[in-house]
Amino acid sequence: MKKRINSFLFLALVVVLAIIFISPFLVMVLTSLKTNSDAFTIPVTLFPRRWVTENYPAALAAIPYFKYMGNTAFITVCSICGQMLVTPMVAYSLAKINWKGAGIISGLVMATMMVPITVTMVPMYKIYSRLGLTNSYIPLILPTFFGKAFYIVIARQFFAGIPNSLLEAAKIDGATEFQRFFKIALPLCKPVMTTIGIYAFLDAWSDYLYPLIFITKPEMYTLSLGLKQYMSEYSVDWARLMAAAVVFVLPVILMFAVFQKNFVEGIATSGLKA
Amino acid sequence: MKRRKWNQPQRDFINGLLFASPWIIGFFAFSVYPLVSSLYYSFTKFNAVTSPVWVGLDNFIDIFRDPLVFKSLGNTLFMAFISTPINLFVALLLASIVCVNFKGRGLVRTAFFLPSVIPMVAATMVWIWMFDPTYGYINNVLGWFGINGPSWLMDAKYTKWALVLMGTWNTGTTMLVCMAALQSVPKSYYESAEIDGAGKISRFIYITIPCIAHVLVYQAILNIINAFQYFQQVSIITTANAGVKGGGAAGGPENSILMYPLYIFENAFSYLKMGKASAMAWLLFIVVAVMTVIMTRITKKVTDNAGGE
Repeated sequence: MKKRINSFLFLALVVVLAIIFISPFLVMVLTSLKTNSDAFTIPVTLFPRRWVTENYPAALAAIPYFKYMGNTAFITVCSICGQMLVTPMVAYSLAKINWKGAGIISGLVMATMMVPITVTMVPMYKIYSRLGLTNSYIPLILPTFFGKAFYIVIARQFFAGIPNSLLEAAKIDGATEFQRFFKIALPLCKPVMTTIGIYAFLDAWSDYLYPLIFITKPEMYTLSLGLKQYMSEYSVDWARLMAAAVVFVLPVILMFAVFQKNFVEGIATSGLKA
Repeated sequence: MKRRKWNQPQRDFINGLLFASPWIIGFFAFSVYPLVSSLYYSFTKFNAVTSPVWVGLDNFIDIFRDPLVFKSLGNTLFMAFISTPINLFVALLLASIVCVNFKGRGLVRTAFFLPSVIPMVAATMVWIWMFDPTYGYINNVLGWFGINGPSWLMDAKYTKWALVLMGTWNTGTTMLVCMAALQSVPKSYYESAEIDGAGKISRFIYITIPCIAHVLVYQAILNIINAFQYFQQVSIITTANAGVKGGGAAGGPENSILMYPLYIFENAFSYLKMGKASAMAWLLFIVVAVMTVIMTRITKKVTDNAGGE
């Protein structure tokens, strides 16, 4: 009997917590389906009094939404390419090549994770503005072609798990380091590359600070900037704002639905060992 | 011409360097160079257009005389030392829940983790709406229980608590790490404790906590370091509120959510005091660097004490 009560209490706790965690999503979606005057009527109801979809076309027309989405998608695709290209190379060097620098560089990779972006932003701004590259996507994309610490750590972890015997067998057969990397290691690391691709997508899609610093021309805004701008100008029209937010969030949720396993594994392994 | 023959260590060194070279170049371009030049800039005065002029310690004197620096530092310390333990507690609670086997566990885990992948601008927008004193859901739900909710983001007394609440919604990453740690505790430990008659709570205190202590300490310090860099949410909230009555200027009501990094940003890109911003940023860098060293030391010590991994 006591066990029954306990498990009932446990389930109640779980349900309450799950509802709390989901509620902002519900609020977002349900507010976007209300008329604005409905959203501002007392008593506040969770469900719309009248279900409408008019906020979606209205929000997408109020700001150049698809332009922003295109800009963001362009930056995101370039970033993913950059990270996918560089991360496995560097990680392979650190995990599978037996050289003196590997230990030092692994340490430095970890150290750069801790460098606050606020410390580097002024000099970076200074350089890019001297080169006339503000209001371009170069400052947002270029760094992704030089590897990001978090991804390298995840990939290094993965490479470390590949048995050396596989690579040594190829070495005896006369394969060069490059052949071993491309023909053996790279094909094996597809799962971890998916993980890194997803993180790269997420980071680029939601990036806020760098676009805020470098992009001032409205037609070059990313979704993050455009949405923030929209919010500060039309802060009374919450039904539309929520519709805009739903469209912004949707690709992320879809990605998450498909690749949840990769998300979870990436964090779990890196967080524990790193 | 005969090709020069290298021995194996030499060849490994060249290959290793070659494979790692993109990151090494990036390290100098995007970490070392900005760090060094920002140290130099902290002794100079300049804006976006002019070149730096050496002013010695002027920026640092300015910082120590600026009450907003201390205000922002206080706000940041609040996030670091009030928000972090709360987040950690919530993360551990959520992790313990999803470690239990029950129907729908996968769905619940998704619900707990999903907030952490949502773009910050969208997430913060929703929270601003939910925190609305009159029409927001939070105060309306509180109203069911007869509680008259505060004005949250409009009232300097509650702004930071609103941020704390937002933070607990975002503990998914920490939760996953805790979950992995919990699952790595050997089952046999619990079994032998159960035979000895230990209850659930004492098992949690005497077995679980010591076994995952190194992870908890690491996550605590990581959370504190992140708190020192807390920027996005307050930047979004303050610009959103700028258009609203009662929102106030750059730091929210009475500058109550003017975080240290936000003030650096304002100095650099709104007031164009880039020298002062660099000086402030370097002070932050020193704090974060010291914390990082402490973090690695402590984790190592805790790990060693726990018998090592």
